[in-house]
Amino acid sequence: MTTLEQAIDFSQHRTPVSRILGSQIFWVFAAAVLACLALTLLTDSFATQRNLFNVTRNFAFVGLIAIGMTTVIASGGIDLSVGSTVVLAAMVISVLMSTGYPFWISAVAALAAAAAVGLLNGVLIAYVGMPPFVVTLGMLSAARSLAMVLSNNKMIWEFGPDHDLLLWVGGGSTLGLPHPIYVLVFLAAVMSVVYRWTRWGQYVFAIGGNEQAATLTGIPVKRIKVSIYVFSALTAGVAGILMAGWLGSVTTNLGQAMELTVIAAAVIGGANLAGGQGTALGAVIGALLIEVIRNSLILLGISTFWQGMFIGCFIIIAVAFDRIRNLSSSD
Amino acid sequence: MSRLRLTGISKSFGAIQALSDVSLEVAPGEVLGLMGDNGAGKSTLVKIVAGNFRPTHGSISIDGDTVDFHKPRDAQRQGIEVVYQDLALCDNLSAASNVFLGREPRRRVAGVRFLDYSTMHRRSAELFAILKSETRPRDLVRRMSGGQRQAVAIARTLLSNAKIVLMDEPTAAISVRQVSEVLDLIHRLSDQGISVVLISHRMPDVFAVCSHIAVLRRGELVASKLAKDSSPEEVTGLITGAIETA
Repeated sequence: MTTLEQAIDFSQHRTPVSRILGSQIFWVFAAAVLACLALTLLTDSFATQRNLFNVTRNFAFVGLIAIGMTTVIASGGIDLSVGSTVVLAAMVISVLMSTGYPFWISAVAALAAAAAVGLLNGVLIAYVGMPPFVVTLGMLSAARSLAMVLSNNKMIWEFGPDHDLLLWVGGGSTLGLPHPIYVLVFLAAVMSVVYRWTRWGQYVFAIGGNEQAATLTGIPVKRIKVSIYVFSALTAGVAGILMAGWLGSVTTNLGQAMELTVIAAAVIGGANLAGGQGTALGAVIGALLIEVIRNSLILLGISTFWQGMFIGCFIIIAVAFDRIRNLSSSD
Repeated sequence: MSRLRLTGISKSFGAIQALSDVSLEVAPGEVLGLMGDNGAGKSTLVKIVAGNFRPTHGSISIDGDTVDFHKPRDAQRQGIEVVYQDLALCDNLSAASNVFLGREPRRRVAGVRFLDYSTMHRRSAELFAILKSETRPRDLVRRMSGGQRQAVAIARTLLSNAKIVLMDEPTAAISVRQVSEVLDLIHRLSDQGISVVLISHRMPDVFAVCSHIAVLRRGELVASKLAKDSSPEEVTGLITGAIETA
């Protein structure tokens, strides 16, 4: 016989199995695995080493930025400027390298440019009090324009003395795995720890949960907010550098509309646009699912025009799932 | 010696006189009920004690020392804590995280300072035990009842070794059963020697926990007496102005 106390305890501290079954990440991951299995059976081309290599590398870029975006969303904000930050960072590194600077100096300059975008976003949002949507929308336009000015809107494919190093960093592989995936795994692992076990992580979620309460308890809300936007821009900067090396050439339409895919990945992975929720693992799995859908449509010979439909449905299904779960737990 | 003494506090906002010449004392462990109609100056008085406003005239002293607050942080350093009406909690965090929000204990592992969850859980369990609340440290605040939320907000004040706790309408929006839970919490604070200033519209709650009652009307203190020497009828008369002073 169960007492009332046990029943309450059970409903609040569910068993590990029911906790996993109740999590959005689990179902999204299950959907991705299912899609992979189906593709393996339906096509000869999916489970080839070449294709899997491409899939893992492609989703790494979106996954990287989705971790930054999840942090922003968890704090109750949004960052629409990441796609433009990608092209700005890629342009800074390629312009500098093509004029003869070494890789490391150019990479640091690219990250500094990305950080400057994030800093400006953060200061305008936290200290001037402007809405994140508007500030980062403006920056989406401004940063891409700056990349065009920098490159005179020309394609760059010669990267000076360290040309091969850049291509190796972004496009190479070690032990059979593409380099961007190492960066992604490292960042996801570090941020999982940071979210749960550091003050900074705790404050990001506190600000997203109740900004006024966070202010009243003496948390330096403004400084933390600035650091969140700088972090998001830095993930875009790292992705920009890696993408430059992967593609072997940089044009000013790099990263166009990428912010929407990134936001989609974060939301599918469980980040709540109202703030206060999100995980690094979720961001990675959300990005994985989107890439698997994209890849499968191509392999199955379905017109790529259908891509948006599938991704759109997944965003809505993922959020609907979250709503249903909240309804059943608030009874 | 009184824990908190207000002497001749006045506050004007431009031409509007929000408080005029209010003098009050609160002893250690005493629960003072501060009553009055909307706009009588209760909130202004609490905000002055909490350091949100500075009085136009008059002085505040704590344990005999005159204090001057320029911002809420100054008041907090002197042991004054406020439990806000909307409680200022983060729904998405656990009870323990809320109790320690802004002052999390950390442990250094390999040069990095990580949150010390075991200390946070243990300490907040102790605080909830002192408050005799059934709140569990690991539970999310989102899933809690109004009474449990109050316990979390009050545990925050215990953690900081508050001398004076100001509570603004803690029983305004919760069920009857939870009201008695909150009143018990106020008794626990008083048992710990903490002075409580309770602002409430609910007459039964005030008479259930307060040893002393002060009534404000149009910015003036019209009564300050022991609860046992007064009655709900008298206080109602004082609030509305049917009784001039007492």
